[in-house]
Amino acid sequence: MTDQTATGRQLPDRLDNPVKSAVLSWESLLILVALAIFIANSFASPYFLNEWSLSDMTFNFTEKALIALAMALVIITGEIDLSVASIIALASTLMGLALQAGADTPVLVGVGIGVGILCGAFNGFLVTGLKLPSIVVTIGTMSLFRGVAYIVLGDQSFKGYPASFSWFGQGYVFWVISFELVLFLVCAVIFYVLLHHTNFGRRVFAIGNNATAARFSGVRVDRIKFVLFCLTGLMSGMAAVLLTARLGSTRPSIAQGFELEAVTMVVLGGVSILGGSGTIVGVVLAALIMGLVTFGLGLLNVPGIVMSIFIGALLIVVIALPILFRMWRQRKA
Amino acid sequence: MTRLFKTRELWLALGILAVIALVTLRFPRFSQPGNLLTIFNDTSILMMLAMGQMAVILTRSIDLSMASNLALTGMIVAMINAAAPGVPIPLLIAGSVVIGSALGAFNGILVWKLDIPPIVVTLGTLTIFRGLVFVISGGAWVNAAQMSQDFIQLQRGSFLGLPILSWFAIVVAALVYLLMTRTAAGRAFYAIGVNPTAAVYTGINVGRTKFLAFVLAGAISGLCGYLWISRYVIASVEVAGGYELTIVAACVIGGVSIAGGIGTVAGALLGALFLGVVNNALPVIGVSPFWQMAISGAAILIAVVLNGRSERTKGRIILKKAEAGA
Repeated sequence: MTDQTATGRQLPDRLDNPVKSAVLSWESLLILVALAIFIANSFASPYFLNEWSLSDMTFNFTEKALIALAMALVIITGEIDLSVASIIALASTLMGLALQAGADTPVLVGVGIGVGILCGAFNGFLVTGLKLPSIVVTIGTMSLFRGVAYIVLGDQSFKGYPASFSWFGQGYVFWVISFELVLFLVCAVIFYVLLHHTNFGRRVFAIGNNATAARFSGVRVDRIKFVLFCLTGLMSGMAAVLLTARLGSTRPSIAQGFELEAVTMVVLGGVSILGGSGTIVGVVLAALIMGLVTFGLGLLNVPGIVMSIFIGALLIVVIALPILFRMWRQRKA
Repeated sequence: MTRLFKTRELWLALGILAVIALVTLRFPRFSQPGNLLTIFNDTSILMMLAMGQMAVILTRSIDLSMASNLALTGMIVAMINAAAPGVPIPLLIAGSVVIGSALGAFNGILVWKLDIPPIVVTLGTLTIFRGLVFVISGGAWVNAAQMSQDFIQLQRGSFLGLPILSWFAIVVAALVYLLMTRTAAGRAFYAIGVNPTAAVYTGINVGRTKFLAFVLAGAISGLCGYLWISRYVIASVEVAGGYELTIVAACVIGGVSIAGGIGTVAGALLGALFLGVVNNALPVIGVSPFWQMAISGAAILIAVVLNGRSERTKGRIILKKAEAGA
């Protein structure tokens, strides 16, 4: 993200040593950070190293991380989607309306995911069909989607979701492994394959590096961006189902601030905010780190708002450190 | 005058007049001068903040931390006032500008010296600044009883028939207008927004110009921190929560291009005023305030669709024109 100066590309005369580049990669740094926080947590609180504690910890990030997976792809193409949390609010509200109309669990899940996809398609249409900047579009739809939730709900809330629905947010597949965690891991594998081992994934990177060149190479830039916005909507819809099921109620203020945390996960995961590079492994590790930090501080009775200082500082420091390191090395050379 | 009111500003002004006219049809008292002045006064803080955000957006950056800066500076000033009521208010106001500038400079230095994308920097400081409000206040409020009368009453005074708060907005807008149109620094904001590479070749320090834009946004946020706290007479962690996006919305509605380089003081002011008029009209025509958010969302989308049409010839096509012309 820092190589923005228009110096011509130098072609290396040999490939990087794969072992060396793996050791020096962003992902290894994230693993070290995660390990350090894990160890610090286990020293800081006697309640941390317990299978149920660790299982609870995963609930801190699974919903946001599901969105971050799709958001990573959107950001790699050079776009951004700030409306994800509002999509959760709207999807959850319409699930509540469906519940009032007597819908049962399969219909509720269908409504949640369907609303998510439709909202994503609306964003995608505005960005690709009308050629508008995604940051403004999604700031607008962020107000619009949550605004509709406020119009429907006002200061009320929907409650009384059936037990079979609650299972999505509270159930365990076996032992301490929750459904949310399993779903996240499955999605992470799917997104890993999609981004790193398919033509589609290569095209996503191509668009992020040079959309014009990608277009001239036959990549359907607009169609791919549209699909990615729908995908982000789909993941937000899924997150809405999980979160609504976990909380057991819908308020218009549900999932407030999730968009910034999802973007933080993506950027912390090493995805360039300017597009063109990033990995799913990094995003998954960043999600884990954020879950560890918030849970560890929670065990120490640190209030949520103070945790946000750590998250914000983590974001800036983790991005600034490699830059400072490179500047220091350049000065020496 | 033609420079001040280009077509986009004219349309926006007409839009605002149309909203006022529509509401007046059913509620004649809405457009009485007194009520319009109240709306202007209510919108003053948003107008000032939009000035700062515009300077940042012009340089192809964005400052998402303005509302948190406002909350933090406001809390510091309120706590000083509660602890030492003797400190003169003008000194506190100057202090709020300094604190706000320092917070803005923190954003700016990260963008300038480390070249971190502004959206990442301010996303981080958005949460850090607001967290610090909690840390310094311990989660407690500073309420009206703890603030001195001068602290609360200063902006409520009146000068030439206008509340002092409105005068703050007018003075800030005038200063930013002069900065943008009459100084080299102001022109540099536009230059690096339109074409950073060309700006470098004309001798503009791109990083330092962005830094200055962030300091300006921070200074205005700090000033608005004092004004917000003394207006609503409560300092808490939640002050202006989520307001950062309203500020961006005012700019976007006012025709400030998120791609940088396009935007005027008049436009940003009108964008803020549009939101202010709509928010004031809703309760009058009996619409639940819960509609506010959806309406401002729709307004942003409509504005960006309309702006998008006039900006369609930007980017690579402009380059072609320049080459053809050369």
